[in-house]
Amino acid sequence: MAEMRFMQAINRALGDAMEADADVVLLGEDIAAPGGPFGVTRGLLDRFGESRVRDTPISEATIVGASVGAALSGLKPVVEIMFMDFMTVAMDAVVNQAAKAHFMFGSQRPVPMVIRTPHGGGLNAGPQHSQCLEAWFAHVPGLKVVCPSTAADAYGLMRAAIEDPNPVVFVENKSLYPIKEDFPDEPSHVAIGAATIARKGGDLTIVTYGAARKTATDAADILADDGVSAEILDLRGIQPWDEAAVLASLAKTHRLVVLHEAVEAFGAGAEIAARIADIGFDELDAPIVRVGAPFMPSPFGRGLEAEYIPNAERVVAAARRVLE
Amino acid sequence: MAKAKPTACDNRTARLRDLHERMVLIRRVETRLGELFAEDEIPGFIHLSIGQEATATGIGAALGTDDTISSTHRGHGHALAKGMDLGGFFLELFGKADGICAGRGGSMHVADFDIGMLGANGIVGAGLPIALGSALAHQVKGRKSLSAAFFGDGAMGEGVLHECLNLASIWSLPVLFVCENNGWGEFSPSDKMLATTPLKLAAAFDVPAKSVDGNDVEAVADLAGTLSDAIRAGKGPHLLECKTTRVLGHFAGDPQKYRDPAEIEALAKKDPILRAERKLRRAGISAGDLAATSERIDNAVEAAIMQARNGANADFASAAAAVYAGGA
Repeated sequence: MAEMRFMQAINRALGDAMEADADVVLLGEDIAAPGGPFGVTRGLLDRFGESRVRDTPISEATIVGASVGAALSGLKPVVEIMFMDFMTVAMDAVVNQAAKAHFMFGSQRPVPMVIRTPHGGGLNAGPQHSQCLEAWFAHVPGLKVVCPSTAADAYGLMRAAIEDPNPVVFVENKSLYPIKEDFPDEPSHVAIGAATIARKGGDLTIVTYGAARKTATDAADILADDGVSAEILDLRGIQPWDEAAVLASLAKTHRLVVLHEAVEAFGAGAEIAARIADIGFDELDAPIVRVGAPFMPSPFGRGLEAEYIPNAERVVAAARRVLE
Repeated sequence: MAKAKPTACDNRTARLRDLHERMVLIRRVETRLGELFAEDEIPGFIHLSIGQEATATGIGAALGTDDTISSTHRGHGHALAKGMDLGGFFLELFGKADGICAGRGGSMHVADFDIGMLGANGIVGAGLPIALGSALAHQVKGRKSLSAAFFGDGAMGEGVLHECLNLASIWSLPVLFVCENNGWGEFSPSDKMLATTPLKLAAAFDVPAKSVDGNDVEAVADLAGTLSDAIRAGKGPHLLECKTTRVLGHFAGDPQKYRDPAEIEALAKKDPILRAERKLRRAGISAGDLAATSERIDNAVEAAIMQARNGANADFASAAAAVYAGGA
């Protein structure tokens, strides 16, 4: 087992998918010759040529809309939106076109496309380059949303997303890009919507995804020092999300904390908490507690951003509440 | 005795008869849609293209089944000109299970991918990037097809048009941009809303563009044919502005209080179907012949309406199972 950076795992998944299927094409701003603003697509232009790896003008609405048209006409486009904040510019194409084409045209054609987009803070990128907007997309019927936290999952989810017949919003936390991790010699696909147990435990369950998995792990270490054993469930998929896995963990622990980097109010955690309060009510020994960013834009300054992003101490405090 | 070889003139008349027939079909379909909507038999929003039939028909004549189009909210004519089946069309407008889109889309979302009709669209300008992406697929996969993007003059104010002209130009994509310029963007006159023209805008992006009398179906078909040939020959995107007339309101039932009644009245002189009929009569086609065409189309339309009326309603469980492809 070799080590690989998170971003290299995505690069490898894109390359392997393009080797496997000539219909896979890459579009995005600065992804071809420059290799992507974070280097995720480096080298793919040389391997696959300018017909299949295309630098686009700064036209988010059109490149996502064109991906819908291309997907409806036989290609499997993977389009990069440089920062998740810029998805706002392409919302019609995502919400009104990509998400609905299969349904509203009577299931005539699938829409096999992937939108790769980085979210998250930690780079002091400020209010318009740090947002975690995945809940918006999870709210739209017809879209799938995934957010991996490890290099192996990034690879496996990307392969699955490209092969999926539906539009998939593939969210990459940009603070994870440089992280080096063990990577299997023969990496495999990861089913969209399948959670994984990141750490076994018996006293409470922390449900999370993306970069917040690391925060959950730090919190679980602190709790372990106090003799509390936290189970961490990494959702990996947000739409659909693995309800059965959450219920199974809850059946063991009976206590639930939901953690994400996104703003807490109306976030993915709100849906998970509401749903589990309904279907998992009998298993719950305590209220479900959410941990997310406060209800404010992502701030720029070092101190401000550090305080804004949910940290292990906040997760520990939430754990103590559900353990009371 | 051997038959006389048809002359170019005969061929042209035969083509005009086909074009005329297609326009009469669109007119009849939409006239009936307006009535059925007023009688509350058809729900939802309906946008009629009465007066604009020559643009849809003329463009449609230049395209083959392998070519693709994206359409607008005013898309019935485009769909029918591309060859959409009348039965599936009416079943869809009635929201029935066997509609072309299983009753889930309706008037604003008629589509038939088997004939390259990538959908009418409820968002102004949104079909443009879809046509562009389809053209990209044609190019990447080495097809000889082209992709036509219909848009109204109202879409001139949408950023995606500007983006699409730019992208089609730099990638030399096989796109025919078709501006149906009827002078109105919903309820507002375009000359008050737009600081430029389709031809100037195309020129800004180095996209060759022509303007045509969009109510002269032969002129539209001729020019669309010429531009399509250029696109197929690898000369990149082109734009065709069809100057046409929106006789009715933005939507069925729109009283058009924002319009001068004299302007609407004057549109009768520009009617594309009457103009084609005058030409056909001059070419020796009898009034009886034209009446027979009209009657045949009426019968086909009424049969499709009857079928749609009697069709089974779309089923909720089937719709709920179709949110994702593959059922997941």
